[in-house]
Amino acid sequence: MTRYSVFSLARNALAYHEDWPEAWRSPEPRPEYDVVIVGGGGHGLATAYYLAKEHGITNVAVIEKGWIGGGNTGRNTTIIRSNYLWDESAAIYEKSLQLYEGLSQDLNYNIMLSQRGVLNLAHNEHDLKELSRRVHAIRLNGIDSEILSPAEVKAMVPIINISKDLRYPILGASLQRRGGVARHDAIAWGYARAADARGVDIIQNCEVTGFTTSKGKITGVETTRGAIKAKKVGVVVAGHASVLAEMAGFRLPIESHPLQALVSEPIKPVIDCVVMSNAVHVYVSQSDKGELVIGAGIDAYTSYAQRGSFHTIEGQIGAITELFPIFSRLRQLRQWGGIVDTCPDASPILSKTPVENLFFNCGWGTGGFKATPGSGWCFAHTIATGEPHPINAPFTLERFTTGTLIDEHGAAAVAH
Amino acid sequence: MLLIDCPWCGPRDETEFSYGGEAHIARPTDADKISDEAWADYVFLRSNPKGVHRERWFHVHGCRQWFNLARNTVSHEILAVYKMGERPALPGDNPKRKKAPARRKAPAKKNPTKKKEP
Repeated sequence: MTRYSVFSLARNALAYHEDWPEAWRSPEPRPEYDVVIVGGGGHGLATAYYLAKEHGITNVAVIEKGWIGGGNTGRNTTIIRSNYLWDESAAIYEKSLQLYEGLSQDLNYNIMLSQRGVLNLAHNEHDLKELSRRVHAIRLNGIDSEILSPAEVKAMVPIINISKDLRYPILGASLQRRGGVARHDAIAWGYARAADARGVDIIQNCEVTGFTTSKGKITGVETTRGAIKAKKVGVVVAGHASVLAEMAGFRLPIESHPLQALVSEPIKPVIDCVVMSNAVHVYVSQSDKGELVIGAGIDAYTSYAQRGSFHTIEGQIGAITELFPIFSRLRQLRQWGGIVDTCPDASPILSKTPVENLFFNCGWGTGGFKATPGSGWCFAHTIATGEPHPINAPFTLERFTTGTLIDEHGAAAVAH
Repeated sequence: MLLIDCPWCGPRDETEFSYGGEAHIARPTDADKISDEAWADYVFLRSNPKGVHRERWFHVHGCRQWFNLARNTVSHEILAVYKMGERPALPGDNPKRKKAPARRKAPAKKNPTKKKEP
């Protein structure tokens, strides 16, 4: 791997940037691997990277049916935060945020992490009390969080409308200053490049069509590019988790829904933090290119179509233009949907499965991007040792049988 | 956006309806006797198919009647609309899917260690 530095940049500038080596190889799949990761999104690539880095397991393949980072990794609104209510959630999302904070150096790849602060608005008395309770719980877990008054919100976001006449007036907000955004594609590319440098094979355009098992134990995967044997298999396929689980012969507590987002035409800088509102299902930040990146809630029905309904977008635009009146004259540049795997308790599953040596990492729902490094780190530990790390031990498949749910739906509301 | 043909009101916009999740999930009648696995299966586990999905809808801003749709989750094409209590066979049905109620009990059998629990 060519190390990226100011010197390599200067050297390549002299060569008109024509001699940059490929960031990762495109090898033919080998007949057998120690570990096969199904799904080449951020979580899968992070898992492969930490398997190699933390556990010394380098005979690993990441199998991706399309191109890496072409699913939800490239479709989210890039928001990173760790202000979750429950201890279990706080631990895994904070682990992730801490890994994000050193990730550019760790991967030698600029992930453009911008800790610009994430605001969560309160629109009524109950919102404010709930938000205050969350802020205190979050601080008890050692994670930065604070409450802002409407005037403080206005000082931080001058374009926001804090009039009392709004349908959803702003009564306050919680703020996590260490939260922010990062370049989503760079997470996939950075992990891919770093994993590849440690010997991981990244195999794109290769769809898994089935699993092979022997006496309840995984022996490999069948793909569109032939059968590949594997001692262990980790599945990290987001919206398609149920499809892969059915191939393996069990069911998941997951439903796949479209989640939409859009960007406006680029404008000069107007908002330098992330503003989220759970009550009106909208969140917004401004990209480095100047586009407003706006996300919505999920469409109600299940779908695998990577597109949603117009009225969902209409609802979020209605809410955002009331909060930010100056947005009303902007044109929408593009809009898209991704398929998110929602769990009944809005918490993920990083777990062993009924099939031995087959592991599933799914159920991140609408908030998986922020968890990418922590998810990969924990899942790598689970695959390498065969047992979950204490951080992801609560996120089992069995919790739906035992009833020890991690009910973040009520705590973090809709926006994740 | 879906155009849903309500069995009572005819074709109406999706915004008039609310979604009620997967259809044909029967509440166990012997809830006090069944295993935790079977109860979890009823409460939480879902088919979530990529293809034909039988689901419940509620005409909340219309006649306020519940009914079922068979909808393709990839194309969003609505293949059938039928009333509660009915279950017409569909040409696009995945034959494996029809076995879903039977498979729902399978996890309990697959897990002999858990079965020993009192």
